[in-house]
Amino acid sequence: MIAAGEPAPEFTLRNQDGERVSLSDYRGRKVMLVFYPLDFSPVCSDQLSIYQEVKPEIAEKGVELVGISVDHGFAHKAFQEKLGIDTPLLADFEPKGGVARAYGAYIEQTGHANRSLVLVDEEGTVAWVHESPTPLEIPGANVIFDALETVGSDA
Amino acid sequence: MPPAGPEDHARGEGDILIVYADLGCPHCAAAWEEICRRPARIVFRHFPVTSKHPRAPALHAAAEAAGRQGRFFEMVDSLYADRARVDDPHLWERAERFGLDLERFEEDRRADQVAARVRRDFESGIRAGVIGTPAMYSPS
Repeated sequence: MIAAGEPAPEFTLRNQDGERVSLSDYRGRKVMLVFYPLDFSPVCSDQLSIYQEVKPEIAEKGVELVGISVDHGFAHKAFQEKLGIDTPLLADFEPKGGVARAYGAYIEQTGHANRSLVLVDEEGTVAWVHESPTPLEIPGANVIFDALETVGSDA
Repeated sequence: MPPAGPEDHARGEGDILIVYADLGCPHCAAAWEEICRRPARIVFRHFPVTSKHPRAPALHAAAEAAGRQGRFFEMVDSLYADRARVDDPHLWERAERFGLDLERFEEDRRADQVAARVRRDFESGIRAGVIGTPAMYSPS
């Protein structure tokens, strides 16, 4: 897994609407990359739904959320609609899991990302990471708030 | 997580079991009867996940409003028992059945204080790491 202090690997992926999104688009802002295993697994649904509920509070701290999984944009679109969320979802689809691999968040045996959170700061440097012990363990929104307090106090 | 206190909605006797639940959640509805059969003092905390269950805020507000007239758990039980009937006219029917002052019920369920009360529980759940419902904790 990538570590705090390292430069965040640049990427360009398509979102749920087929638009290209690059990490560098977020330069000057903080972005939390939310790597998750798969669309439509009940566990992910809860994770992204809960984050959606506290998105305004996270935004108040100057951080945007972006979800990333190996699913295609078409699946992402349907998943977004099913959950009623507006968090952008990026398709790490071809080469499959390429971005997750670059961040050390890919699980080869299962062919998808582990549940990992990566906070990238305004300069494109990794400020904080969280890796779940297993994909079944979901980081609650409290993990994000705790991180933002820690990182924020350094700034 | 805040310990159970006088502000909480609690029912039953025994060890405390804090339950963060979403009144729009089918899993919670399926589990609710079983949860209530436990020999425990059940502390109900509001955890509406609005993106997933758009009707949840209205249901939590209705339960809270019923609670202001002493009928909190009657409303919760009833909402979980009949998930197909959760529109406003169904809430009014329940309010009448429970003998609530309907005018006051209507006023209360739209009150900012009621929304704030629900939000307070929700935020305590977020801080405690609740990520799905029902989430249960037995304070040791």
